[in-house]
Amino acid sequence: MSEMAATRDGYGDALLDISADKRVVVLEADLGKSTKSLHFRKAHPERTVSCGIGEQNMMLIGAGLASSGYIPFASTFAIFTERGFEQMRNGIARPNLAVHICGSHGGTHTGTDGSSAQSIEDLAIYRTLPNVVVIHPCDVVSTRELTKQLVELKSPSYMRTARNKTPIVHSGREDEIKIGKGIVLKDGNDVVIIACGVLVHEAMKAAEELESQGISAAVIDMHTLKPLDNALIDEFSEKCGCIVTAEDHSIIGGLGSAVAEYTSGKKPVPIERIGVKDRFGESGEAQQMLDLLNLSSPHIVEAGKRAVARKA
Amino acid sequence: MQSMAIAELEEMARRCRVEICRMTHRAKAGHPGGSLSEIDILCALYGVRLRVDASNPKWSDRDRFILSKGHASPGMYALLAEMGFISHEDLESYRVLGGVCQGHVDMKWTPGVDFSAGSLGMGLSFGIGCALAARMDESERTIYVMIGDGELQEGAVWEAAMAARHHELGNLKVFLDRNNIQNDDFCDMQMRMFDITAKWLAFDWAVKEIEGHDMAAIVDGIAWLDSITDRPAIIIANTVKGKGVSFMENNPAFHGAPPTDEQLQQAMNELGVNA
Repeated sequence: MSEMAATRDGYGDALLDISADKRVVVLEADLGKSTKSLHFRKAHPERTVSCGIGEQNMMLIGAGLASSGYIPFASTFAIFTERGFEQMRNGIARPNLAVHICGSHGGTHTGTDGSSAQSIEDLAIYRTLPNVVVIHPCDVVSTRELTKQLVELKSPSYMRTARNKTPIVHSGREDEIKIGKGIVLKDGNDVVIIACGVLVHEAMKAAEELESQGISAAVIDMHTLKPLDNALIDEFSEKCGCIVTAEDHSIIGGLGSAVAEYTSGKKPVPIERIGVKDRFGESGEAQQMLDLLNLSSPHIVEAGKRAVARKA
Repeated sequence: MQSMAIAELEEMARRCRVEICRMTHRAKAGHPGGSLSEIDILCALYGVRLRVDASNPKWSDRDRFILSKGHASPGMYALLAEMGFISHEDLESYRVLGGVCQGHVDMKWTPGVDFSAGSLGMGLSFGIGCALAARMDESERTIYVMIGDGELQEGAVWEAAMAARHHELGNLKVFLDRNNIQNDDFCDMQMRMFDITAKWLAFDWAVKEIEGHDMAAIVDGIAWLDSITDRPAIIIANTVKGKGVSFMENNPAFHGAPPTDEQLQQAMNELGVNA
């Protein structure tokens, strides 16, 4: 059984990793204990800004700091970042100020807090903003590595992390983890499963099951939804001839949409998309939610078979 | 000396008013009313206090001026031309494709603009970030923000008001352009705000009310702002929307409408320009 850890802990650890850079400042909206920015706050209170429960204000305080040469990392729950969307659009993305927003507790995987807390549209809305890099890592290792790389990014970003633990899949692969570059976790010839976040491990399980049924499935961790790794999609689309996408996010506007938008303008292949089918979640444990909403590995297996069957 | 300076500021404001009318007339769009109400304060701030350098607009230790009511951009552009950040020819590019002078002030397009505005209720929060940065840098630079009164209806302004006081930002100074008119009508018709001074005092800011078209009072107000160092301070400037052009004064129609050809001619006459 894989070792488990929450991606939000990778974010918290990374903030400490980069804290030697005096330009790094942390903004909190009363959820530092949850998003894990609290470790930075304890170590560097002079570079931590409490914004109270005021996300709109936090976004723009970040923008002001960035315009003055600082590198702000602002975190709250994914759903609460959405309250500051217009601030993100007009105050951060439009002037291209490198403010890094982390939305923790994203997706239905966040669990028993229920549908109000389960942001399933965050990746979609931030993906629409010019200049904004959108990231959804699958494990604690990649979250830590990708967060560290944000220091050198000259544009704003949105990263979604998860509340609950997920299996560690990238241990020892730190050198392969780069913003904007998908990671091939398993090679295959018949179908490629392109997944992000908490569904990456489900995709790995699905690929194993497909292999046992005679279907060779590749798995890509597409942790960066924007900019999308088009070259990698081209390579595997060509090789496999069909695609499954998998995300703990609305079927509208997220990773599946991004892949479909890209491939439709190139050489289209059959795509089956795993995602939340235009509904809200409810209270339940993380794995129960994935099962309820048809996101878990058995559903990815079925999607893989459908995709293969659709190949001409 | 003081009176000379005052007279010079008043003359600069008059020239800016001329350009505000010309810009909005030329563009057949824009916001003359709020530009005319704010312009005396802008001229005084840049004329006597703001530490900026037109030859080096991105000087990192400059004071900041954040026009949160970013639709009142003609006033800002007219002033930036006076101060040498942009040319008077640039004013002709207001709202024109590819122009230096975008519809709303934008730090990516115009030298001397510190904040990309457009949506109300954002500038004060941005100013807090700039003020925190100045403090972390151990810099003496000061952050000035101008907000409108209709803008106070945006709830995020009050998030910012609370945060600025919490963080004891003595380097953050705000001007409220209290012109009593917003897009659709008089503020009192849209959303009454009652005692605005009491509201800012309740947030524990330093508050001073002045007449926003009395240049000497404005200059005194700026000195008062400098005297407050332990908390954020706000000047509530009682102004007249459309000030200086009779038919625009206190007239909601000129919040977001340009003068016609005939109205421009009248405005020029009133502002002492011989067409």
